[in-house]
Amino acid sequence: MYAFTQHRPATVRQAASLLTKQEEAKLLAGGHTLIPTMKLRLAGPKHLVDLSKVEGLSGIEMKGRSLVVGAMTTHVEVETSPIMKESIPALAGLAGKIGDPAVRHRGTIGGSIANNDPNADYPAAVLGLGATIITNKRRIHADEFFKGLFETALEDDEIITKVQFPKVNKAAYVKFPNPASRYALVGVFVSKRSSEIRVVVTGAGANGVFRVTTFEEALKKRFGPKSIEGLTVPADGMASDIHGSAEYRAHLVGVLARRAVAAAA
Amino acid sequence: MSATGIGAAVRRKEDQRFVTGKGHYTDDVSRPGQCHAYFLRSPHAHAKIKNIDSEAAAAMPGVLAVLTGADLAADKIGNLICGWMITSKDGSQMKMAPHPAIAHGKANYVGDPVAVVVAETLPQAKDAAEKVKVDYDLLPALCDPAKAQDQGAPQIHEVAPRNTIYQWHLGDAKAVEAAFKTARHVTKLDFINNRLVPNAIEPRAAIGEYDAGSESLTLWNTTQNPHVARLVMSAFVGLAPEHKLRVIAPDVGGGFGSKIFIYPEEVVCLWAARKIGRPIKWVAERSEAFLTDAHGRDHVTHAEMAFDPDGKVTGLRVKTVANLGAYMSTFSSSVPTYLYGTLLSGQYEIPAIYCEVDAVYTNTVPVDAYRGAGRPEATFVVERLIEVGGRQMGVDPADLRQKNFIKTFPHQTPVIMIYDAGDYHASLKKALELADYAGLAKRKRESVRHDKLRGIGFSTYIEACGIAPSQAVGSLGCGVGLWESAEVRVNPTGTVEVLTGCHQHGQGHETTFAQVVSERLGIPLENVSVVHGDTDKVQFGMGTYGSRSGAVGISAIVKALDKIEAKAKKVAAHMLEAAEGDIVFEDGKFTVAGTDKSAAWGEVALNAYIAHKFAGQELEPGLKEGAFYDPTNFTFPAGCHICEVEVDPQTGESEIVAWTAVDDFGTVVNPMIVEGQVHGGIAQGVGQALLEGAIYDKDGQLVTGSLMDYCMPRAQDLPALKVEMTKTAAPSNPLGIKGCGEAGAIAAPVAVINAITDAIGTEDLPMPATPQAVWRALQKANDRRTAA
Amino acid sequence: MTAVALTVNGKAVTGDVDPRTLLVQFLRENLRLTGTHVGCDTSQCGACVVHVNGKAIKSCTVFVWQIEGANITTIEGLAEPNGPLHPMQEAFREHHGLQCGYCTPGMIMTAIDMVNRKGHELDDPTIRHELEGNLCRCTGYHNIVKAIAAGAKAMKGHVQVQS
Repeated sequence: MYAFTQHRPATVRQAASLLTKQEEAKLLAGGHTLIPTMKLRLAGPKHLVDLSKVEGLSGIEMKGRSLVVGAMTTHVEVETSPIMKESIPALAGLAGKIGDPAVRHRGTIGGSIANNDPNADYPAAVLGLGATIITNKRRIHADEFFKGLFETALEDDEIITKVQFPKVNKAAYVKFPNPASRYALVGVFVSKRSSEIRVVVTGAGANGVFRVTTFEEALKKRFGPKSIEGLTVPADGMASDIHGSAEYRAHLVGVLARRAVAAAA
Repeated sequence: MSATGIGAAVRRKEDQRFVTGKGHYTDDVSRPGQCHAYFLRSPHAHAKIKNIDSEAAAAMPGVLAVLTGADLAADKIGNLICGWMITSKDGSQMKMAPHPAIAHGKANYVGDPVAVVVAETLPQAKDAAEKVKVDYDLLPALCDPAKAQDQGAPQIHEVAPRNTIYQWHLGDAKAVEAAFKTARHVTKLDFINNRLVPNAIEPRAAIGEYDAGSESLTLWNTTQNPHVARLVMSAFVGLAPEHKLRVIAPDVGGGFGSKIFIYPEEVVCLWAARKIGRPIKWVAERSEAFLTDAHGRDHVTHAEMAFDPDGKVTGLRVKTVANLGAYMSTFSSSVPTYLYGTLLSGQYEIPAIYCEVDAVYTNTVPVDAYRGAGRPEATFVVERLIEVGGRQMGVDPADLRQKNFIKTFPHQTPVIMIYDAGDYHASLKKALELADYAGLAKRKRESVRHDKLRGIGFSTYIEACGIAPSQAVGSLGCGVGLWESAEVRVNPTGTVEVLTGCHQHGQGHETTFAQVVSERLGIPLENVSVVHGDTDKVQFGMGTYGSRSGAVGISAIVKALDKIEAKAKKVAAHMLEAAEGDIVFEDGKFTVAGTDKSAAWGEVALNAYIAHKFAGQELEPGLKEGAFYDPTNFTFPAGCHICEVEVDPQTGESEIVAWTAVDDFGTVVNPMIVEGQVHGGIAQGVGQALLEGAIYDKDGQLVTGSLMDYCMPRAQDLPALKVEMTKTAAPSNPLGIKGCGEAGAIAAPVAVINAITDAIGTEDLPMPATPQAVWRALQKANDRRTAA
Repeated sequence: MTAVALTVNGKAVTGDVDPRTLLVQFLRENLRLTGTHVGCDTSQCGACVVHVNGKAIKSCTVFVWQIEGANITTIEGLAEPNGPLHPMQEAFREHHGLQCGYCTPGMIMTAIDMVNRKGHELDDPTIRHELEGNLCRCTGYHNIVKAIAAGAKAMKGHVQVQS
């Protein structure tokens, strides 16, 4: 690991200021992507701005028709939150499928979304529920947030503080884990909120998380697995590696989407 | 049977320290003044090293030395060696290329060390390593063993034209040809036995220390065989004379073969420790382990089995190309030859067998023995052919096996081995009952109802364990004898230390070996300590691998105990004023036959040392005996494993829903420990079949270089396992032990593949049978059906 | 260098460490609590699992300064030095849930956390799922699963020592 200086700001404002002032500074949330990367010397930030002392970044609360989750809320908190399990059980279930119990005790929703790993689970839910990402500067709708592999709409000194999830009528997430890493080889999140239907895929896309509009259209007629029977996504836009070819991933998108719809319906 | 004797499921003595975090593994050792080594490794699979500029690195903070292959050569440190000579069919000897501990002139695989940086701290060593400038001239890389012998393939070592190390054969080619000419049915298969990364959870580690006062070196090392390590590092590498080199193997966190071998890092830690005058520690990181621990398997095989009209196997021919990697590791040459070809008869009466093996160099990590070593590969060949043969001929695979089983013993196979005992019908029969084979058709129908495919796969495997006797292995090219040593030291108070040349790294020797002693001497288990893993304590030994510690190691202890008993009887005779021949030793008590005169074990031990009752001219004081035990044959554990799977045809996922193992290990000292060995072996076999596979890209980069890409079996990948045993005692050793460490890993892979192919109805399935591989196999089969 | 203060196995400890120091390094090198092991570099093997404020975490993936002031329990802190084993330690011994012992401390710490979250009646699928982050190369997990089920039951009414 390369040497760095650590900072432990008490407010979001201080954290943002550190990001601006310090050269090669990086935010540290749960650290479960960044620390292993630093250990392997694949990342070498000069400054680490740790968010664990910042007040008010954790917790889950109902605000009107939305659930607001603090950026530093851990996966296990989302997984086990009674209000989450009651309001959006699919999201609680998704959080419970990330990594393993020890990882879920440290990993955070903000860290996962900001990193936008193409195989991560959370981006599927954020896009799949049409969530809004709240930062120290603005509100960004999920549709505008994810910009490709490890890329987001976040600016250099922008910090996610909360994620706001609207309650939906139906939702489910089905994950096919990469056997080795347990990240999603393919994960499909489906939701239905009155007339709005979302089918979102993580893990499979060559360019990160994406919506499958053909499936969404088909499901608008009737929200059931039969509606998308036989539908597929083109292998063209799929990622391909030793764990899954583009063809296999495209095939799994169809299978998992049907299973997710069945689970949600 | 006593409560702690042979056959008792005694809880392990060693567990107290392990469950409380008080074990002592190599990385737990810290020596005063210790500094740290970091190896700079070649990022290229095949490259000339034109120049190494270490000036900037040497000037970095905390750096004590930057050493290269040139320094190693200047100090006349010898090469690492392969200790088993294989002779090719043309009579020529295998082509062993020089293997310096630090690459000199050319790097031959990604991970080949090109320099070592020694610094006060590990981060300092790593920082400095980034400043070492290595000027490489890239050469084309060769990774596919099937292409290694092609005209125009990159040449890796001068000594080995067409990268061919040897072209070995075994058996009778003409007899096999005749058998195939008259065969009613021939089954042919091509397959790759996938390359595996051992991944013991404890990474390899070494600490080298030099004591200038005594001019001696000490190595703390994660090794399965400290004495062999010392012998090689002394006699071949030339680090120090044997009596000036101590190797300590403390608690070792799993080996599975990968910690048998003598590795560059331990050589360098010793050499550099003397040069620098400080203890030097090196601990592998997991990503480094992937690039440097000897890998396993990696065979490309074509095999054919001939059957007569009755379904009797009449002939077997096998052609294998074995990848040995960039250099020949310590025992690599023996794995695809004498540990493979000799097991190709399986449990069957096969009149004619012919096997050809070409071993090749590639620009990959060296390949050597990994749990099972050659025998899983042989079992895969035989058990795949018989299974597929049965399916093709429409014969129940269990029936076909029974028809061909060897029924009388001893049985001479056409491939060297003389099987001395076994009952293959018994294990198959028991396994069929436990697995409810009769109810399979019903279970298959149930699976179809919830859109799954169910299949069953058999593996009636055999292995040769004990890896002995010395004369026999010597005649086959082995550079060492494969006996084992033991010393039993009785203290004046009657407690006992047993010194063994075996080494435990999970096998529970501290318990099982003590059970044998406790039962024999009639003393409590807690009064026996087992000492191992230190060349200063144990005089010599061959270490632990090849499921040999029970069959060979315990036998040596039994032989030493025979001598202890004989000597103790002499002492007792003097104490009880009786003739030696009248002394009976039973339940820890020496009695004069036909009288009530007796002496307890403790009294005899004390009298052996105080020596008040006998004169020195008549009897030497003391009670300590040693033995070297060389068995008369290999042992032949065998059994039947049955795997049942359910496949999701939509995703290609296979779930193992049931596992039945019935093994014949001869006499079992501790059934709890033996069952645990079977469980672990099955998990590794299932790993090979479903999850694990090392993949190199065309440039020689290891694509599966971390646990993010190389899939280790997790708890969820396995079901609860049904493990039972049958018994025929091994005639070749005093207790009748056969050995159990590798059985699961040998039996399991082919059972899984036989089960999945049964489920999906097509034989064309690679290992590991990942969901994608199974899905593709189903697609291909569908395409074929559509086309037809 | 940075100053840290924590409670480890009931004892207050302090240190002056390089900011790069991971919790596992602090435990092993500064405190010489070598029962916590390192088996990988990608946070997957679980050999390094300890409890931080009562929750299982991978000590290889947290800087020691990140948990300043926290209460840490390691494998060495589960039982009094000469006292009886913790029920989960005892269950691993009783059911042969370990072979080489290297993954064992992490397994036991994970198992106790599992019981703390999921209760004393753990079925086979739950245990196997919860072991997702702990690798064992020796046992095939069979006896680990048995040990955890038995240890979970035996933990009813057990009060954790603070040695």
